[in-house]
Amino acid sequence: MPNYTLNINGQTRTVTADADTPLLWILRDELNLVGTKFGCGIAQCGACTVHIDGFATRSCQLQVSMLDDVKINTIEGLSEDGNHPVQEAWKEIDVPQCGYCQAGQIMTAAAFLAENKNPTEEEIREAMHGNICRCASYNRIEEAVKVAAEKMS
Amino acid sequence: MESQTNIDFSRRNFLKTSLLASGGMLIGFNFMAAYKPNAAMPSAIENLNFNDFNAYIKISDEGFITIFSPNPEIGQGVKTSMPMIIAEELDVDWNKVTVVQAGLNTKNFKGQIAGGSQSIRSNWDVLRQTGATAKQMLINAAAQKWTVDPSTCSASKGIISNSKGETLDYGDVVKLAATLPIPEKVLLKEIKDFHIIGKEIVNVDIDKIITGKPLFGLDFKTEGMVYATVVRPPAFGQTLVSFDVSEAKSISGVLDVFTIGEKARNFLSKGYVSWTSILSESDKIVVVATSTWAALKAKKTIKTVWKQATELESSAFHDKKLMALLEGDTLKVIREDGNINDSFKQADTIIERTYHSPFLPHNCLEPMNFYANVTASKIELVGPTQTPEEVSKAVAVLLDRKVEEITVEMTRMGGGFGRRLYSDFALEAAEIAAKIQKPVKMVSAREDDMTTGVYKPSVKYQIKAAIKDGKITGYHLKEAAINGNMYGSIAHFFPAGCIPNYKVAAATYNSNITTGAWRAPYTNFLAFAEQSFFDELAAAINIDPIQLRLDLLQKVKNTTDKRIQYSGERMENAIKLVREKSNWGKTPNGIYQGFASYYSHNTHVAEVADIELKDGFPIIKKVTVAVDCGVVINLSGAKNQVEGGVIDGIGHAMFGDMSFENGRPTAKNFDVYRLIRMQETPKVEVHFLQNDLSPTGLGEPGLPPAGGAVANAINAALGKRVYSQPFVKALKKNTVVG
Repeated sequence: MPNYTLNINGQTRTVTADADTPLLWILRDELNLVGTKFGCGIAQCGACTVHIDGFATRSCQLQVSMLDDVKINTIEGLSEDGNHPVQEAWKEIDVPQCGYCQAGQIMTAAAFLAENKNPTEEEIREAMHGNICRCASYNRIEEAVKVAAEKMS
Repeated sequence: MESQTNIDFSRRNFLKTSLLASGGMLIGFNFMAAYKPNAAMPSAIENLNFNDFNAYIKISDEGFITIFSPNPEIGQGVKTSMPMIIAEELDVDWNKVTVVQAGLNTKNFKGQIAGGSQSIRSNWDVLRQTGATAKQMLINAAAQKWTVDPSTCSASKGIISNSKGETLDYGDVVKLAATLPIPEKVLLKEIKDFHIIGKEIVNVDIDKIITGKPLFGLDFKTEGMVYATVVRPPAFGQTLVSFDVSEAKSISGVLDVFTIGEKARNFLSKGYVSWTSILSESDKIVVVATSTWAALKAKKTIKTVWKQATELESSAFHDKKLMALLEGDTLKVIREDGNINDSFKQADTIIERTYHSPFLPHNCLEPMNFYANVTASKIELVGPTQTPEEVSKAVAVLLDRKVEEITVEMTRMGGGFGRRLYSDFALEAAEIAAKIQKPVKMVSAREDDMTTGVYKPSVKYQIKAAIKDGKITGYHLKEAAINGNMYGSIAHFFPAGCIPNYKVAAATYNSNITTGAWRAPYTNFLAFAEQSFFDELAAAINIDPIQLRLDLLQKVKNTTDKRIQYSGERMENAIKLVREKSNWGKTPNGIYQGFASYYSHNTHVAEVADIELKDGFPIIKKVTVAVDCGVVINLSGAKNQVEGGVIDGIGHAMFGDMSFENGRPTAKNFDVYRLIRMQETPKVEVHFLQNDLSPTGLGEPGLPPAGGAVANAINAALGKRVYSQPFVKALKKNTVVG
């Protein structure tokens, strides 16, 4: 199997894997970064969302061989101490129920708010529409994105 | 009426204390009361093995509290709310409390199960007594130090004081307290003095969740662990004939490919009966690999030949069977009051409607998975299960081992909704581990989860009512369900006791499609059918639908019928609160409202849905909810449960659809199977009734009324009744959004 050098959370990591291995499984099985979750494997649920050069991207569809020139950020690298404004808002609003989808939700929200500092309610609902929360904590996710936007402005 | 003031304090021996060598005091107790009263305490925290007790409180010399909570956390918040109850009665500051998920040894504990919204209800008394007993011991120790009578002392927020104005911290007296006898009688706090219960307390795992720390079953790993995926029959009714794994074996990382099934068949033939043990008789193909990806990838390359072993059923076949049952004479009467036939003979008007629902998969976002390590001396099982005790018993039978050799550790669960009550995935992991003699994690893909599930059964209701002189005089409900649905006391729920001539009967078609508990089991769809039907009855009588419910409920107040558990008063209060908070009947033009109320899992809930039309399509804007669940423990967690339950209920009523063609599920993943998403969600506004009654469940009761409230609002907006789920199919529109 070939080696790949990846830039993950500001660090250079080298992994040995088949070229078609999705980033999701590199993170989870090879690098022990298990915050990025497996939900559907077909980019429909958003549980595996990471940042590729700042853009929210589904890691289950990204093959390791395509990632040599990009900066990958996962939930573990979103902030030093869990103090990214989105994480703080998630805590303030007490968003999670089971919590499984929340890393993906937070990554989607963080990338969205980096681009849109002052979103409307409609924009928030549209931006978060791709992430399934099976416990349906949607009201709180929406509220937390609003609170995070206020913190970031 | 339940009351919390008459608690029997005489059983003190469910609790033991110990002085810790490392400092501090340890109190061991059992959530399920006096399970093993003579258990010995460990002498040091390091020796905690959770064999004798299933929960511990540690009070350090500095007055910090650690609560070891053994309860399965599936997202319903008990890992936060149950320790809150202990901390309240112990009377400490919540910010001095740490909650640790206790490892579990199942051989000595009973009754740990997350299901049926019963965790808080079953544990309220014992948790309060435990906290209060610990507090009294600390007070007694302080009194001894001061040489005063303990009755002249009191404690609050971790500080004990006496009548002279002297104070001691809890940490100052733990050493002495641990050596004192356990008091026989303790006083519980007055509800008005609560400073933790009823407040908004943030989930104790929040920091780990928002930073992506390992918490869930799928995150659990050990050194040398390998990964396994399983190819199961693609259709219910099929078994494996042959397979070709040559391509799979050539994939790098694949260690082995083999079949399992012998142990499962042997298990089934032993007649071990547990409702949680669901296994296929077919052989299954297992891929073992060094990574999850290699195992998933190899699984897809396996070529298989299956044969039909039993009926390959389709949804059209089920529809026919269930309709025949509704019309047939095999219905079993569950409750009958008065004379239903006479009421129909004498009626001015008879209304009869039939309601249809599909199967539903649970779709926990964390797919089923389990870790197993089977060695000659012991069996370690780790993963997301709602029934660890059943898992250990079933694995003992499966592998012909002693239960004492088996440990089951529960991880946090990425959703449960009933699916993780069943132990098929744990049994598979154990059979695989026994075969390869290596620690292994069995991982299901989404497609496996959705197509080899334990579904909410497809159910139909036919409800017929007699109206005479503007009153409902007869009510006859018939249920036809795949594998049975009507259960326990449900026939005695509303409107039992409110209508003089009343009959409930049910019939079952036994299918080979596996079915089971799904969030708010048995009532999730019944509530929609019944509450839609009452909306039609109100229209027929020309009375406000809320007024109709209130009038009917008067008749069940002070009932002497012991089978009736719901309370006319409590439901009336919930309905009146939601009427007020939703501005029922006073909303501006263009807002259409629908009402529903339902009692389930000991909790009374009333909901009003507000709908607007946009280009002629209904948009659910808001749902107002009134809940009587007794004392609210964690206001934040409680609201979250209800908000989620309502939106989950709407999502599945609106979109949830799993049908079968020749035994095969028609959806495999979220590209086809639709779950509710952000843009389709209404705002949910939750109001709790204020009372001092013992707390009841919240994980489920918010869900059942949601579908009915929305259906009734759709009728108000469009003049169109929906009789079947999913509503989008019934409305032939794909655009019903929030």
